[in-house]
Amino acid sequence: MSEKTKAKHHHEPLFRIVKRDDLPWWQAWLIRIAAIVTAVLLVGVISTLLTKGSLGEIYQTMIKGVFGKLFEGGSTTMLWKFLQETAILLCLSLAVTPAFKMKFWNCGAEGQALMGGLASMICMIELGDKLPYPVLLLVIFLTSMLSGAVWGVIPAIFKANYNTNETLFTLMMNYVATQIIKYYVYIEGGGSNTIQPVAEGNLPVIAGNRYLLNVIIVAVLAVALFIYQKYSKQGYEITVVGESQNTARYVGINVKKVIIRTMLLSGAICGIAGMLLVAGTDHSINTNTVGGQGFTAIMVSWLGQFNPFIMVLMSALVVFLRMGTGKVADTCSLNASFADIAVGIVILFVVGCEFFIRYSVKFKHNKKEVK
Amino acid sequence: MIIAFICRAILLGVPLLFGSVGEIITEKSGHLNLGIPGVMYVGGISGVIGSFLYENACGNDIANMNPFLAVCIPLLCSIIGSVLMGLIYSFFTVTLRANQNVTGLALTTFGIGLGNFFGGSLIKLVDSEMPSIALTKTSSFFTTKLPFADSLGFVGELLFSHDFLTYVAIIIAVAATIVLKRTRVGLNLRSVGENPATADAAGINVSSYKYLATMIGSAVAGLGGLQYVFAYANGVWSNNAFGDRGWMAIALVIFALWNPSLAIAGSFLFGALCNANNYIQGLGTETQELFKMLPYIVTIIVLVFTSMRKKREHQPPESLGLSYFREDR
Repeated sequence: MSEKTKAKHHHEPLFRIVKRDDLPWWQAWLIRIAAIVTAVLLVGVISTLLTKGSLGEIYQTMIKGVFGKLFEGGSTTMLWKFLQETAILLCLSLAVTPAFKMKFWNCGAEGQALMGGLASMICMIELGDKLPYPVLLLVIFLTSMLSGAVWGVIPAIFKANYNTNETLFTLMMNYVATQIIKYYVYIEGGGSNTIQPVAEGNLPVIAGNRYLLNVIIVAVLAVALFIYQKYSKQGYEITVVGESQNTARYVGINVKKVIIRTMLLSGAICGIAGMLLVAGTDHSINTNTVGGQGFTAIMVSWLGQFNPFIMVLMSALVVFLRMGTGKVADTCSLNASFADIAVGIVILFVVGCEFFIRYSVKFKHNKKEVK
Repeated sequence: MIIAFICRAILLGVPLLFGSVGEIITEKSGHLNLGIPGVMYVGGISGVIGSFLYENACGNDIANMNPFLAVCIPLLCSIIGSVLMGLIYSFFTVTLRANQNVTGLALTTFGIGLGNFFGGSLIKLVDSEMPSIALTKTSSFFTTKLPFADSLGFVGELLFSHDFLTYVAIIIAVAATIVLKRTRVGLNLRSVGENPATADAAGINVSSYKYLATMIGSAVAGLGGLQYVFAYANGVWSNNAFGDRGWMAIALVIFALWNPSLAIAGSFLFGALCNANNYIQGLGTETQELFKMLPYIVTIIVLVFTSMRKKREHQPPESLGLSYFREDR
């Protein structure tokens, strides 16, 4: 049998997958934007099927749900709510980013932020009337960062020394933190499950807007993290450890030190997020203060490719969808969990579209490709 | 009282057992499915929808209901629902090679959203006063005890008084252990999880093993949601009632050292730990909250301990969390 007929009988799959060379950045972004648009359209179509409204109405409701009466009466209440939620989600995403870049899967942002918030709460209650206001603020800031950092560094120490699986460790730490909060709320709330908002030690209100300071702090953090990751020696070390631990060791980077230091940073930023939520927004704490955003932050960080500025857009997108679909659910009396479904769909689409950026699909008839 | 405590621990432990056995099967193929909490929600709500439709079709008379159908319809719906979730997960992580952690977390958001969405919609549909939907008739079929359980005293209560899904869970766990450790399919699956490139070179179809393991694992995990609704909660679905049991099931995987048989004992222990606070006299509510930390702390200790000892058979699958592309180096 000749070589040719043999090849013919050989089973050839319908298509095969080939790794691409790096796509130009604008093509990659075109694919991502296409994925987001498709996903948002899909969410819209699902909404129309459920509510029997038209697609245009649905998007109008969504925009109204996010920006409120901004375009009608110029009321910025909803807009600020949107900015605040985006800022908090962004803050948590910024926190997990350096760890992720190092390929340390910090799934514990939830717990670290809760612990940071708890530190703020304790300071506000215990020291609120004992310290002068500026000192109190400083103490709140430092203790929140410290307690978030401690919660984050415990898994890191074990990861660095014994290579303990950090995904699972950090996940478990979340629930330990939740129970500590429950315990604290119970003793502090005097048996009820709520702590009344505390008036002392609140972050200052600037320009008459209670969310403005939160937004500014997170914006500063985003720029700082960008510079840290891109231009500092430590940021470079994080990248090398993330790419290959062996390479890092070879060039003389102390991998253990980098892991522990980065998780201290990651936990500390989570602690700041907790402080912003407790001292800056709610002035109280409960187990739902972070509200699962620690997990959403992981997705935002990944979707934003660890770049703080893209993460701004991604967290805005996620919050937009959450608030918008929430409004759709509200006006059309659907269940509020519709927002979760929408966010889930969009994230799956964006994660999935990375495939088309990294690989290309070659079909059977396309034989020229084979060198 | 001790007997009641143990029975309660088993009842609480079974959803975890389903969840963790499902997750072990998935993880053995090298996929860390963090979507399991979502899958379990979907498994629960699919069963609820199936049983809701069947109960409505039968009218309000329990005599009209066929016990076999009353059990099989929710069971089948639950399996279909969770297998679909598994299919989504494996399509993204196996075919599209998306990041497993992100896909899993997105799936959890999605699944919990689906569960609460349909749950909430059903609650609205029946227009009940309570924020829950009660399918007690179907539940009574699920919790039917073996006929001789009562006549055997405490032995009967301890061993035979449980709902049938409890026995199903134990059988699945034992079967999974045997398949994983003693059969060729199990060996192939483990090799796919340890080193997919080697498995591929040995002629094993890596993708189909990954797909099947994820889907079967999801089906098993989804049954945990079903058992929770129909056996533990007596057929009452209320939103978010399932709580974080899905995460606890993932914790149990580590506790059980990736061995389904150990997960049996582990799940009952977790059930006991979750429940111990109710049985220790003189605990204030605040101390009870601290007690509820126990399962998580025990898991952390096991995690640290196994990583320190570095015994080979106690480690996670070598390529857990990594996607496989044949042409990669």
